[in-house]
Amino acid sequence: MNRNNAGHRLEIFFRDSELDTRGLLLQDKLNALGLSGVINQVWLSEVYTFEGDFSSSRLQAAAALLLNPVVHDCLIDGVRPPGAATVVLEVGFLPGVTDNIAHSAAETLADAWGAPLAADQAIYSSTIYYLQAVNLTVADRRLIGRFLANGLIQRLNWKERAAYLADQGMDLIIPRVRLAAGKKVSLVDLEIPETELMALGKEGIIDHYDDLGKVVRRGPLALDLPSLGAIADYFSKVEKRQPTDLELEALAQTWSEHCKHTIFAAALDDLEEGLYKTYIKGATRKIRQMRGADDICVSVFVDNSGAISFDDEYLVTDKVETHNSPSALDPFGGSITGIVGVNRDTVGFGLGAKPIINRYGFCVADPTDCEPLYRSPGGVNQALRPRRILDGIVDGVRVGGNCSGIPTTQGFLTFHPGYKGKPLVFVGTVGLIPRKTAAGRLSHEKAARAGDYIVVLGGRVGLDGIHGATFSSEALTGGSPATAVQIGDPITQKKFSDAIVKEARQRNLYSSITDNGAGGISCSVAEMARECGGCRVELEKVPVKYPGMAPWEIWISESQERMTLAVAPEKWPELERLLVSRGVEATVIGEFTDSGRCQVSFQGETVMDMDLEFLHNGQPRKRLLTRMRPSQENSLTLPDPGTLALEDLFVGLFGRLNLASHAYISTQYDFEVQGGSVLKPQVGRGQVDGFTTVVQPLPQSAKAVALSQSLYPALSDLDTYAAAATAIDTAVRNLLAVGTPLSHIALLDNFCWCSSDDPERLWQLKECARACYETAVVYGTPFISGKDSMYNDFSGYDSQDRKVTISVPPTILISAIGVMPDIKRLRSFAFVKPGDLLYLLGSGGAELGGSEYLNLLKDEKLVAAGDWGRVPKFAPQALLPLYNSLQKFTAAGDFRSLYPLAQGGLALALGKGAMAEGFGFTLEMPTAERADIFLFNEYPGRFLVSVALAVGPAIEKAFADYGCIRLGQVQEDGEIVMHQGGEIVLQTSVTKLSTAYRSTFAGY
Amino acid sequence: MVQPKVLLLTGYGINCEEETAYAFQACGARTAIVHVNDLIAAPGQLGDYQIFVVPGGFSYGDDTGSGNALANKMRHTLWPELMAFVAADHLVLGICNGFQVLVNLGLLPGATDNTFGSRRVALIANRTARYECRWVNLLAAETDAVFLRGVSFLSLPVAHGEGRFYAPPETLTELKQRRQIALRYADAEKLPAHGSFPANPNGSLDDVAALCAAQGRIFGLMPHPERAFRLSHLPEWPQILARNPDSDWQQPGPGRIIFENAVNYFS
Repeated sequence: MNRNNAGHRLEIFFRDSELDTRGLLLQDKLNALGLSGVINQVWLSEVYTFEGDFSSSRLQAAAALLLNPVVHDCLIDGVRPPGAATVVLEVGFLPGVTDNIAHSAAETLADAWGAPLAADQAIYSSTIYYLQAVNLTVADRRLIGRFLANGLIQRLNWKERAAYLADQGMDLIIPRVRLAAGKKVSLVDLEIPETELMALGKEGIIDHYDDLGKVVRRGPLALDLPSLGAIADYFSKVEKRQPTDLELEALAQTWSEHCKHTIFAAALDDLEEGLYKTYIKGATRKIRQMRGADDICVSVFVDNSGAISFDDEYLVTDKVETHNSPSALDPFGGSITGIVGVNRDTVGFGLGAKPIINRYGFCVADPTDCEPLYRSPGGVNQALRPRRILDGIVDGVRVGGNCSGIPTTQGFLTFHPGYKGKPLVFVGTVGLIPRKTAAGRLSHEKAARAGDYIVVLGGRVGLDGIHGATFSSEALTGGSPATAVQIGDPITQKKFSDAIVKEARQRNLYSSITDNGAGGISCSVAEMARECGGCRVELEKVPVKYPGMAPWEIWISESQERMTLAVAPEKWPELERLLVSRGVEATVIGEFTDSGRCQVSFQGETVMDMDLEFLHNGQPRKRLLTRMRPSQENSLTLPDPGTLALEDLFVGLFGRLNLASHAYISTQYDFEVQGGSVLKPQVGRGQVDGFTTVVQPLPQSAKAVALSQSLYPALSDLDTYAAAATAIDTAVRNLLAVGTPLSHIALLDNFCWCSSDDPERLWQLKECARACYETAVVYGTPFISGKDSMYNDFSGYDSQDRKVTISVPPTILISAIGVMPDIKRLRSFAFVKPGDLLYLLGSGGAELGGSEYLNLLKDEKLVAAGDWGRVPKFAPQALLPLYNSLQKFTAAGDFRSLYPLAQGGLALALGKGAMAEGFGFTLEMPTAERADIFLFNEYPGRFLVSVALAVGPAIEKAFADYGCIRLGQVQEDGEIVMHQGGEIVLQTSVTKLSTAYRSTFAGY
Repeated sequence: MVQPKVLLLTGYGINCEEETAYAFQACGARTAIVHVNDLIAAPGQLGDYQIFVVPGGFSYGDDTGSGNALANKMRHTLWPELMAFVAADHLVLGICNGFQVLVNLGLLPGATDNTFGSRRVALIANRTARYECRWVNLLAAETDAVFLRGVSFLSLPVAHGEGRFYAPPETLTELKQRRQIALRYADAEKLPAHGSFPANPNGSLDDVAALCAAQGRIFGLMPHPERAFRLSHLPEWPQILARNPDSDWQQPGPGRIIFENAVNYFS
């Protein structure tokens, strides 16, 4: 090994490599990459690199603390014999990237040694892979390298066997962040030509000129010309000076699409108030008026989450976020940062709600698609493949959710080719909060007061996460900033989350609290300053990860796991004592004022001093125009029914990417922690994926929280109105089916749009928002929170170096949250008793537009690719009587099972009901119906139910007017037989379905 | 009857303390959730309790090996008090991450009935190299574990990334002889899993899911009995209701007996 006095290496590995299955599993994964060569064996070592002066006895002691003597051996500054390895790789983090393992290791040493490491000492973690490989080509190496390391956050070092032996091991690499000192605040001239101004807005403030004299900019501000004009105007007329770089960066954060939702706020066509106020907030306002005393909303659209009533003593909160752009670049970092970030939207609700359930949703392209995409021309800057993205985002939510002790019960996985350039990663958290604190304060209300200290707590600030907010407001290109990528640290967050929610809140130790998300403290402090009318911050007091950061970087950094609190000076000593004893770092960085200004200084120098009012409301409102987008709908030529192999189509449906078992994800997520799960992600002994989960948050109360989600991206391609309306109907019906009353259901909206400057895309957006209003108002289900992400486009190059643009299908995710009065009402979709009657409740449905069946037929080349069919349209008013009738039966406990029909139609409902407990069924199809359309259409508003024989007549009477078809009976054995007009049209078995259902993701 | 007092540890990523405390309360014990730093600041308070619990969770994010970092911290700060606690006629329970902590502390399995402190077995990464959250079946071994009195079979959920039990062959033989293996993973037919996934969810040697020591007074298990405390916890709860709409959700679940045994030990 290359010795270096600057540091030491501790390498830990299994004495018996048979016990370390990671190597074996990795070998399979690497060989599955499609290498020309072959990898015969892989084994691993964990490495801790110690920077600074450590005595040999200290290193020995460290080794004893970090390894497990029962199974591990170790080497200190030694060389592990490479055995038969032909090549050795080491993967570690780049300087400044969050290294949680190293952080815990340093804490363990500090615990044992009674003092933290010295300032010039540090620990870094890395992994060494020993590969015994044959015939690896250059291309193979590239594939392996890209699989094992993400160049945006990790370094990868290769050594051939000979070099490894000659060099005596891998090199000692110390990834310390070294920044040039003495960065100052500067003024920015806005009186510049328009082209220069545009470059400033798009690519950022000029940082310096490189050796070739080329300008290097700081990264996107995402400010358009009218906004820059307003800023120039304000500074020249009101402040009578140029803005500082920090002020401009702060304005860019505060005014970003990500934070201010400029498109949803803009005047749009005839909608002076804009989409958000007219359709989303408008729906909620109207519903709350109609409901009067029965209003369930308590805090909507004003806080980090929305809140509805749970019972007399508690509220439940809910919030769903997206983390799409970061997840495209580093899927693991993007999704873990997303989930722990939305957890903070719960802790930051009111005076602090306790996170009790996580939600997730992943939209990706076909994971078997290996056709490469590049962000830059000439085959440079390759985008991650769909499979790699999927694996990474699944891992991120697992680590974030599990480590935080929050059950991750509710989720989905959806595929569409449009998600190839940029995945959609939805993350959400439900919280529980007592209506009043022990001190008698209403816990959903809060206000910073002039004179309160500004306190930041949690993690420290670094260069990671700069320009996150402005970056997600732009489309993804080759120049997307790597500093936007971060890795979450759930344990740091868990420590302060517990301290706040379980202790400080009840002791009334702060006046206000909010999360540090997009824009970092520049947004959180300025946002809280509105509550009292001003703030004064001393920026040098903000704890940083390393020296040398510029003032503007400290102010806008989005380094994770931080909260901002307003604390009365007399409460601070008690709060500080509590936080220190809980291992949480907390610092006073200034105070809230009533000056009307946002004032920031750095080492005594004023770096920001401007009107709070302009900072928050100075942005010129956009006025946007839409243009109708012609529908792709057309008539569909279906194959002759006589030629269809109905059994193959039926069984094949269960193996489709969107409908097959995704249990490999839900079983990696702890859905049981906190001990409240009563309807789990999988149903029955057959472990069939559910669509709704139910959690009983208080162990002594029979009340429960029911959650569901729905989206129809395939319908969006044809009709965004139908996509939104159907998603709302499905999300609501999912909750009705488990026994939740319609009167206690609320909705959350997440719009993930594309090319939002395009008037046709804006028209689709408007249609979508109109559907949200019209459908929600009929059901009486208010929106309580929402978020939009407007530029989910990828522009880059294909393998032939042709320019390609891939946009996500306009996607609206509807998340529903409901409160069940008693878990006794709960039912699943599992058929439970042979002889039970099966009914289809609800009517309508011949259109196949956007359905899985149509895509299946296209994949089988039975329908032309250009045949889109017609969209199933429905009137929610017409469905209400059915839903009201259904609720009477769920309240009485008369159903044995319910399945709300959605993707895959009746076919999927029948198959999943059967697979759940292994029962078969017989079915008689109406003679007037075409069998495939009857089975596979996805018309909304319908349920498949099973009931005891004796209940049949009551069902037929109650539902006769709304559509009620008696389909058949549950059968003891696992046989599935469907008749039509006395003939068998389809015959299969639960075993065959289960095989198809489980095979698609078997190797994941 | 004496009402035992239970101290449940929290902090640094422990996350099952509330539902575990509830399980003890519902069985008649008094409980206190105490932050590890508060216990370190006043370790003498351990003497006020009869049952010491390290609940499940993710202490230190499982970094440097699950349970390792918290065990190190406790060894350096609480060892004399823990030894005094164990020497008295008290109970110690470690669930999931708590079990990992007890193993790393050397409280399980221990060298003899009253010598502790060396690590003799390990709970390492699951054979699937993946976190597994699923319900498993368990057979009680020939054991003296106080917590398993009257138990022959249990169905409980597991949720862990590092639950694969390993012991050197001579240690395993010794554990069997000393009746320290407490639970083994089983299949749906209540037969030993013989290492097959998913019945044995992590690849544990000899299907070991739980250990005990000190005449059965120290007990650690990978599954979570507090998550199977009542009928509504069962995965088949909705189907139970479908068959009998009058089912009572508060009826005992399979995990409850573990807490009842602990509380009744002091009666």
